Amino acid sequence: MRKTMTSMLAGIGLLLACGTSVYAQDKELTIFWAEWDPANYLQELVNLYEAESGVKVTVETTPWPDFQTKAFTEFNAKGSAYDMVVGDSQWIGAASEAGHYVDLTDFFNKHNLKEVMAPATVKYYAEYPSNSGKYWSIPAEGDAVGWSYRKDWFEDPKEMEAFKAKYGYDLGVPKDWKQLRDIAEFFHRPDEKRYGVAIYTDNSYDALVMGVENAIFSFGGELGDYSTYKVDGIINSEQNVKALEAYKELYSFTPPGWAKSFFIEDNQAITENLAAMSMNYFAFFPALINEASNPNAKVTGFFANPPGPNGDQFAALGGQGISVISYSQNQEEAMKFLEWFIKDETQKKWAELGGYTASAKVLESPEFQNATPYNKAFYETMFKVKDFWATPEYAELLIQMNQRVYPYITGNQGTAKEVLDALAADWNATFKKYNRVK
Amino acid sequence: MATAVMTTLDPKSRSAARGMSDLTIRNLFIIPTIVFLIVFNIFPLLYSLGYSFTDFRASSAAPATFVGLQNYRELLNDPFIWSNFAITAKYVIVSVVGQVIVGFGVALLLNRDIPLKGLLTTLLLLPMMLSMAVVGLFWKLLYDPSFGIINYTLGLGSFEWLSNPDMALYAVAITDIWMWSPFVMLLSLAGLSAVPKHLYEAAAIDRAGSFYTFFRITLPLVAPILMIAIIFRTMEAFKTFDLAYILTSQPTTEVISIRLYKMAFQEWQTGRSCALAYIVLIMILAITNIYVKYLNKVKER
Repeated sequence: MRKTMTSMLAGIGLLLACGTSVYAQDKELTIFWAEWDPANYLQELVNLYEAESGVKVTVETTPWPDFQTKAFTEFNAKGSAYDMVVGDSQWIGAASEAGHYVDLTDFFNKHNLKEVMAPATVKYYAEYPSNSGKYWSIPAEGDAVGWSYRKDWFEDPKEMEAFKAKYGYDLGVPKDWKQLRDIAEFFHRPDEKRYGVAIYTDNSYDALVMGVENAIFSFGGELGDYSTYKVDGIINSEQNVKALEAYKELYSFTPPGWAKSFFIEDNQAITENLAAMSMNYFAFFPALINEASNPNAKVTGFFANPPGPNGDQFAALGGQGISVISYSQNQEEAMKFLEWFIKDETQKKWAELGGYTASAKVLESPEFQNATPYNKAFYETMFKVKDFWATPEYAELLIQMNQRVYPYITGNQGTAKEVLDALAADWNATFKKYNRVK
Repeated sequence: MATAVMTTLDPKSRSAARGMSDLTIRNLFIIPTIVFLIVFNIFPLLYSLGYSFTDFRASSAAPATFVGLQNYRELLNDPFIWSNFAITAKYVIVSVVGQVIVGFGVALLLNRDIPLKGLLTTLLLLPMMLSMAVVGLFWKLLYDPSFGIINYTLGLGSFEWLSNPDMALYAVAITDIWMWSPFVMLLSLAGLSAVPKHLYEAAAIDRAGSFYTFFRITLPLVAPILMIAIIFRTMEAFKTFDLAYILTSQPTTEVISIRLYKMAFQEWQTGRSCALAYIVLIMILAITNIYVKYLNKVKER
């Protein structure tokens, strides 16, 4: 009996000792993000902060498909495991209305971040509701959809000649969606195991929807009126019907088995010699100019999402802002970190490491624009981006869009008009349910 | 004899020497289990029943309001939910029937004196010892239209198993059949080896054909244990999640548990997803009940 008591006391003592040691070492911050290259670059960046300030910062990651679920599970449980999160742009409504994010409006105004950061990043990553002047995060990783293509296929004299004979104009980087379609059709040769184009089709989160957005926005369409929640006549407009048809047509020029593809598959389309052109986020382009990960690195080129039939040119926004979590016990320390993060030198270093800074000054600098073959296209794109709904019920809207659009694109079900009319009805019902519209 | 062991303590045992009564010992073993069940099963079950009548969302700070049967009404009127149920039913039928045919067939083949029988049986059991997620991941590679070994061996060119909306559900069911037929096989083997040999000898003397012997002797005697295998597999197939989730994201493979997961943890419609979980629970209970009734009937025979 005595032996048991002694070991129990020893155990309690050990627990206390561990407890105090955690308290003594409170200068530690954890940032939560998805598992991808930019998170590794961020870890390198924050190591510099540790060297300067002595505060250890860890970037914790989880695979993309789980990112939203894991983050919100932690928020909903009011857990303090993470001090900051580099959260997706469409979370901002849900996270700010539920009180998961700390209000950063004062911090934003004090440092005049509205001017320091590129306007689109402020609008979509930081402000909610739109035009309210309330800010919830600091734009951290700017991102948008761009395209990569096989320069060697495009510049092959035989191909150029055949293309000109067939379509009546020179083969080159597509100047609009019509040319994009033509080039995809031209290079689509299943017999040679060569295909026209790689696009996003995965319907498990937002991949397919973002792919379709590229067409919708460039065809001059919108998803709805984000301030009045009106969708009828907007999501099912004539431009959107044409845009959806165009996206479906591109699907017919994709490699076999292309019904669940996202960034990994789209980069593989270039590295494995599958497709002539491939849609992807700029964040995934560093892997394409690296010869270790892309044997075709030398012959891979890049272009911005082309304009639609009326000359409108937009791209789907990706990217994230960094927010402080309300349940963190190190909020003060986190704010100090953010002060360091927004400094010009830090943002410059961030861009050098491979992060896509949102700092307007760095973006505009010739050093940044000439650093890689795609930085210029990135800079241009970041000024013409649009995003999905950021309302708290965005996840329902997203799933409804997937449910309607996916069977049409990959399974030939219904017509574009029927699909978008049904989607308008779904969205209307959802907004009614949450009392956004009467 | 068995009850005697359970109720009286051996007076020479250490427990008895410590002065513990058999009642104490019984409680010591049973109470932790009961507490565990109540805390982790019964309590959440009742709590979620309460939530299913509210519009509660775990992601929002807004308090839950009572909405009565609205969640149930809307779910049962949602054509997407019904299509999820139809997909689940199709999947359960294809996969369980497949498992019974393959599993029982292999058991019949193994139920004789063949060399290395033990080793063969063990090897055949391997698939069901693997993790569902791992099986899903490597079957995804096997099914790949560009480099998958299935198309290569069968000479199917670039046949799209998982991207073809009509084929995807069957592809998932084939994987499930591969993984779980051994389970049916194992139970069937136990049943088959329990069939008295003299019945076959009697049938042989009466010159009964092999067809007749199978349907009049083998099947009726193995039926009860086969039924148990079918009940287990039906329940499991009904709540399939991992395989279908990993292999493909076709709407034609969105079984009810995937829809439930999306509703609960992507859309955070906590109240409504509780209601859906209850609908699924009631359905599984109903189906199992039918089976159990049938099982009792089979046993009586």
